[in-house]
Amino acid sequence: MNRDQGTGGTEPTDRWWDSYAARASGMVASEVRALFAVASRPEIVSLAGGMPAVDALPLDAVASTVADLVTSRGPVALQYGSAQGDPELRARICDVMAMEGIADAHPDNVVVTVGSQQALDLLTRVFIDPGDVVLTEGPTYVTAINTFAAYQARVVHISMDNDGLVPDALRETLSRLAVEGARVKLLYTVPTFQNPAGITLTAPRRAEVLDICRRAGVLVVEDNPYGLLSFAGEPVRAMRADAPDDVVYLGSFSKTLAPGMRVGWALAPQPVAARLVLAAESAILSHSMFTQLAVERYLATQPWPEQIKAFREMYRDRRDAMLRTLAETMPPGTTWTRPEGGFFVWLTLPDGVDAKAMLPRAIAARVAYVPGTGFYADGSGRNAMRLSYCFPPPERIQDGVKRLADVLRAEILLRRTFVSHPATDFPRE
Amino acid sequence: MTDLGRVLVLAGGLSPEREVSLRSGRRLRDELERVGIDAELRDVDGSTLPTLAAARPDVVIPVLHGASGEDGTIREVLDLFGLPYVGAAPVACRAAFDKATAKATASAAGIATPPAVTLPREAFHDLGAAALIDRLVARLGLPLVVKPRAGGSAFGVSFVEEPGQLAEALMACFGYHDWALIERAVAGVEIAVGILDTGDGPVALPAVEIQPVSGVYDYAARYTPGATAFHIPARLGQDVLRAAAASAVTAHRVLGLRDLSRADFIIDTDGTAQFLEVNVAPGLTDTSTWPMALHAAGLDLAVACRDLAAAASRRLGSR
Repeated sequence: MNRDQGTGGTEPTDRWWDSYAARASGMVASEVRALFAVASRPEIVSLAGGMPAVDALPLDAVASTVADLVTSRGPVALQYGSAQGDPELRARICDVMAMEGIADAHPDNVVVTVGSQQALDLLTRVFIDPGDVVLTEGPTYVTAINTFAAYQARVVHISMDNDGLVPDALRETLSRLAVEGARVKLLYTVPTFQNPAGITLTAPRRAEVLDICRRAGVLVVEDNPYGLLSFAGEPVRAMRADAPDDVVYLGSFSKTLAPGMRVGWALAPQPVAARLVLAAESAILSHSMFTQLAVERYLATQPWPEQIKAFREMYRDRRDAMLRTLAETMPPGTTWTRPEGGFFVWLTLPDGVDAKAMLPRAIAARVAYVPGTGFYADGSGRNAMRLSYCFPPPERIQDGVKRLADVLRAEILLRRTFVSHPATDFPRE
Repeated sequence: MTDLGRVLVLAGGLSPEREVSLRSGRRLRDELERVGIDAELRDVDGSTLPTLAAARPDVVIPVLHGASGEDGTIREVLDLFGLPYVGAAPVACRAAFDKATAKATASAAGIATPPAVTLPREAFHDLGAAALIDRLVARLGLPLVVKPRAGGSAFGVSFVEEPGQLAEALMACFGYHDWALIERAVAGVEIAVGILDTGDGPVALPAVEIQPVSGVYDYAARYTPGATAFHIPARLGQDVLRAAAASAVTAHRVLGLRDLSRADFIIDTDGTAQFLEVNVAPGLTDTSTWPMALHAAGLDLAVACRDLAAAASRRLGSR
């Protein structure tokens, strides 16, 4: 072929392409993100996102709280704050954690963050060097994986069953990694109504996991955004309640009040909290005083526990609608978890069905979910998906699950069509 | 403001290319406003038709990608409402959007195109996948490209190096369309040739050579800025470029397209432009080749689209 190298000009679409850090190499456009852009349309029943039902909030009360804040403390609310967060809010956060059995939390050990996501980012920043190991449940929270990847951590999954993370698997993994000489820094866990599996780690296993990690010198990061959303009414006792020196607890108002406030926190042993404050200062200087004080005033003046009770009942109705419709419609070979709180059901599909490959067909049928592979760092989870019941009302959930069952049946048929194909060596023409 | 009146840019919709389309639409709206045109961007949904009926735009520019945007549907609806629009008529869109029909039409006009077979998923189910897959490999050889019969942005497209990969590729393809086009993969230089016709006949814009950093022009390579190097004009001999331009113009004509289009080719090792597909609503994003080619030709995106809109407006008036 005749190539003329001399006349070509190059159109730069990103002139900094060669300057990006290696850790940003995975930050590229993806087909799944493009499909989720469609899922946000109202025609689609989205069982994908974990968006809280903020329309159930008493918006009048939110409005009056914010108005009072501006009137009474405007100059403070609109000023910079400290990197650790507002002291009054930190005291109230300690009261919230007391509801989950954490009786000894001191406001000095609380760091207010931009959602608990920022707390996770700060923790990873101060603990992880490239190549260090972070242990997580498999599957685990997708954005935690992204955070760990951004700091070039090596994520190693520990298997789960219906009682949560399997202690024997944790022991075996730690032994194997010790032989490798790997530096295991953190165990990241969502032990209560887990995202994405909806599973809760049992009390005996909590003690066992804490003991294993203590012996191995691994800090436990307990991410607990759903702990107060127990359908049984009583919150599950936090792991941190029994291990103040071995656990960093991450909390959030995103699920119990409103994610738009972006108020979360970390409760950490004092030396760790001090590091987090310095890390926060370098990251954002200070959190928004406005949203911190708005949350503090809301907690102080509104019947917030009653609101949580209303949320619990609403989410339980939605969970029931999902479980009932799954039982009525799903084809044989499909299994799912039965969450006792939180937002999510984990669906395991019949062997060979690829949830990611099925997603475009589901979107075409006007239902969306998150394919299981997103919740693993190692490509596992192909035949699984996360379904969330938190946002659509029960009748929409029923419609969505029915549509999903139809799509799944078609996918099973498609798999049967192709699965037994032998790769013969047919002579070519 | 110009005497063009109000221009409505339609974008978004429910195709997997929704996000790309919205990016195209936002860019076009901004560009048109920059040159003083009263332009509005609108997502396509249940409120679109009442809006069109209540507040008739003077001209519509559809930049909907994928099904319903490029298969003629939205243009059929605009015809129903008697609204002028930029781009090909529905019947031409249907032919162009269907890759199998477009390839056959181009081939009949003497344009080279890689050999391909088009089959529905039912054929594999009803007749037996194993035998069909064996026969496909025997007939077309390897490597192969499996793509949905219609659709863009490389959704559902897979390269197949070994026979054992074909079943998986077909299943991925059938996620996006009920028909698969299985095409012999051609090694060479990938180029896109944009066509612009503002009233004096279709003119080929400079060919854009596409060189993905990863080697594969997939979704990430298309829409991650910097992930693909674009060379304009393509680093090919003048004879090759002229032939590719002529093929793009011919494809535009024989498919009955109008105003604008973009034809994609592989220049094979013999220097022959192998036609892959044609797009009736080419992308207008920052990483899209049609606006790049326009720029390389010394033309302004806003001015070109304004001229296309004016031509569309006159076209309706002359009916």
